[in-house]
Amino acid sequence: MPTQTFKLNGKSVTVDTDDDVRLLWVIRDLLGVTGPKYGCGINVCKACTSHINGKAFNPCSVRVCDVKPDDEVTTIEGLADGDELHPMQQAWIDRDVAQCGYCQPGQIMAAVAKVKQCQAEGRDLDEDAIEEIRNICRCGTYNRIREAIKAGAENM
Amino acid sequence: MPAHRAPTTQRSPDEKAGLGRHVASRRRFLGYLIAAPTLVVAAELTRESLWGPSEASAASIPSGPQTPELYDLLDALRDAARPTANLIRIEVNRDGTVSFALPRSDNGQGIITSTQMIIAEEMGLEVDQVKVTLADARPELLFNQLTGGSSTTFTTYTPIRVAAALAHGQLLKAAAAELGQDVAVLTSRSGVITGASGRSLPFSALTEKAANQVTEQVEVTLKPKEDFRIIGKSQNKTDARAIVTGKKTFATDLQIPDALPTVICRAPDLNGYPEDVDNIDEVRSMPGVTDVEMVGTGVAVRAKTFGQAIDGVNALRVQWAAGTVAGENDESVLAQVKKAELPLAVPAAGGATVEGAFTFYFRSNSSLETNCAIADVRSDRAEVWGPMKNPIAAQAEIAKKVGLPSSAVTVHVTEGGGSFGRKLFFDAALESAEVSKKMGKPVKLMWTRADDSRQGRVHPLATTRIRASVAADSVLSFELRHTSVATEVNPGLGEPISAAAFKTPVIGNLSLSESIFELTQVTPYNFGVSTRLLNEVDMGFNTSSMRNIYSPDVATARELMVDQIAAKMGKDPYEFRMEFFKNDRMRAVLEKVAEEGDWGRSMKKGTAQGLGFHTEYKGVAACLVEIDCRPETVNRRIRQGVTGPRVTKVTYAVDVGLVINPRGIEAQMMGGINDALAMTLTSSLHLDDGHFVEASWDNYFYTRQWNTPPEMNIIVMDSTADEPGGVGEFGVAATCGAIACAYARATGKLPEYFPINHKDPLPFEPYPTVPPIPPSPTNGLETTY
Repeated sequence: MPTQTFKLNGKSVTVDTDDDVRLLWVIRDLLGVTGPKYGCGINVCKACTSHINGKAFNPCSVRVCDVKPDDEVTTIEGLADGDELHPMQQAWIDRDVAQCGYCQPGQIMAAVAKVKQCQAEGRDLDEDAIEEIRNICRCGTYNRIREAIKAGAENM
Repeated sequence: MPAHRAPTTQRSPDEKAGLGRHVASRRRFLGYLIAAPTLVVAAELTRESLWGPSEASAASIPSGPQTPELYDLLDALRDAARPTANLIRIEVNRDGTVSFALPRSDNGQGIITSTQMIIAEEMGLEVDQVKVTLADARPELLFNQLTGGSSTTFTTYTPIRVAAALAHGQLLKAAAAELGQDVAVLTSRSGVITGASGRSLPFSALTEKAANQVTEQVEVTLKPKEDFRIIGKSQNKTDARAIVTGKKTFATDLQIPDALPTVICRAPDLNGYPEDVDNIDEVRSMPGVTDVEMVGTGVAVRAKTFGQAIDGVNALRVQWAAGTVAGENDESVLAQVKKAELPLAVPAAGGATVEGAFTFYFRSNSSLETNCAIADVRSDRAEVWGPMKNPIAAQAEIAKKVGLPSSAVTVHVTEGGGSFGRKLFFDAALESAEVSKKMGKPVKLMWTRADDSRQGRVHPLATTRIRASVAADSVLSFELRHTSVATEVNPGLGEPISAAAFKTPVIGNLSLSESIFELTQVTPYNFGVSTRLLNEVDMGFNTSSMRNIYSPDVATARELMVDQIAAKMGKDPYEFRMEFFKNDRMRAVLEKVAEEGDWGRSMKKGTAQGLGFHTEYKGVAACLVEIDCRPETVNRRIRQGVTGPRVTKVTYAVDVGLVINPRGIEAQMMGGINDALAMTLTSSLHLDDGHFVEASWDNYFYTRQWNTPPEMNIIVMDSTADEPGGVGEFGVAATCGAIACAYARATGKLPEYFPINHKDPLPFEPYPTVPPIPPSPTNGLETTY
């Protein structure tokens, strides 16, 4: 069985599994890192949103063999700096955003990437930018998410 | 007020305990001290039994439906022999914290947090000193382990306070004895009791001393509302940090030894079932696959990863039997529902007639966490984990399914990733037990999104007809007929009893559904002769509530017709409602939204305001929305998304009685408002040739960031009520009514069906039904940002 190696939340990991197993299942089922959630498996709901080399992506739609040994995969578990939360996580707590919380790891990872993207492109983090975020929240927390993104961005 | 109507000369328990406060007229409640090494107290969860005199029986024998099949004489005798079994317990731990296992299911509605607040309030603790978990299935609680109908806080508020007050009183007594001082001079704060001398004792040092040798029933009074310091103040959810760091654990996150990922291959038809599998051995040898077995609802594949289980499912070649609605579609179902519509009965009595007929299509209550459960079924016992709002019924049904006595089945309730009514049922838990038994191994069963969307439970297709006769300045009659594909409400009424009762044609769904309809649907206006009737057609769909069963649809129809009647009389929709409301509590919330939302302000052509109102859950709610139906808004394009009319602003006022956690109530209203947008404007299921077409979130258009109102103002009204009402579903109905009215006013057209986009061409190419699961793409690295 092929050996797959990549970096997960700062540590190099190696697993034995077939090339075409999607990264989400490698992370969740084989490595037991369960922050990224399954919500559709077809890159639509975005509940599994994580970062690869600092950019948002959806591991449900990436084969494990397409991730290289030097690729840095960051899940929600790797966002904080030790006990110190990322400003976006803190904003989420301050605004009491989460209800059930199932989609929120993906929402936060998407928000961080969207803010960085806007900063890099010199765009305002306005309503249009926020409405590019496709992550579904079936509890309907969208309005607090909007407030939290803006608050979190101020400290990024 | 009952609490002050019957002053008593008896000494209150607080006085007996030496508290010496002037509490003689305060209502007394019954609680229990439980024999245990540390302090354990309890109260009955049945509301009525709390109010009784002290001779009240401790044993709660069920009344209502007779249920020897699931709760027979032996069970009753067993429970009568252990009179404290049916109690909820609060324990004071040796570390000074307080524990309580809540017999309810939290799927994000925040009841763990509000329960912590209620206990902390009564015991002088800080919220984080109270540990609340979700209780395993407890069959002895009978009807009282059900989470539904926005009932949790209403039903548990007083019992939990009784137990907490009792625990606090016992700790004070123990401290008084230890310090050699009167209880009256003690103060208690944050788990530390301090005497007049300044010497203090933490709960941790008192719990063993406060423990009781024998179990006994005692009386207790509760903290007066005027002294509240936690209840009524906004509290963030106590699991917020766990959520934002990815540590909150859902069922499929649990690491149960050898419970490998398992997925079921399901039929192309709704509720079709397998007859034969052509290539079962071939699939058994696929990479990662460990087991493949045919079960009642399909063919189960267990594998090392969910991805490999899904690949196995999609490789299966299965012979399927037809489903329960084979060949049916939206039109054929609607035709049958219309045939079952009850006649409008009030004879034309002069005046003008205002009439309307509305259709509400199927909608999905699929939550983001799909149906899931872990099961480990052995020859002599079974253990099941899952998000279940009705675990007692689940335990009984699982026991029956796997041929074990209920007492050999342990059902653990996990925190759920949303419910909205879906998790009133336990479809995945039942399946997981069947699969585990058949494979002889533990399984972690998960429905895929396509399963959840196509085979999962739905909010039923329904029609509402309304006819009113209107005179110059009064409404003579208002008749409402709601006709619906039957909604399975069984666990909504609780527990194994009704799960069994609903399967019998005699008791049947109809009469209980009618009862619920009658108990929940109120026409809040003085409209002369007012009738409301429900008829249901059982057609073999898997249905359930979706943040209420009838109210959002009924409110949509009712509020649209109220606007029509107002127009007939030449009155403003706001003025008309204020004039015809039955009471001032209703007027207060409508007045609030009109004021805060600037009702009647000048609006551009193609945009409009709309009002909606609803009363339920011992509360009242009013909504004012602004909608934009201009072509440039309606036709804006979003990839794989639906746009259409945009609700640009929502102002919502709600009076739910006593407010426990204002921020939590706001959150529930926000969720309900976003649900109302979806129900009214964008999201529905289409039935075609015996199956639902929608297979994922790029087919089923629940509210997204580009739909949600940019402006939302939620006002939680101050209330003088002594008790809390219901919150979880209360944001939906009034908002549905307001959106529908705003849409009609903006476009000049009275919509006849909902959601308004249901008959538009499908904005997607449907996924095939065979193989059943859309395969995961491989291009995820091309869409990074």
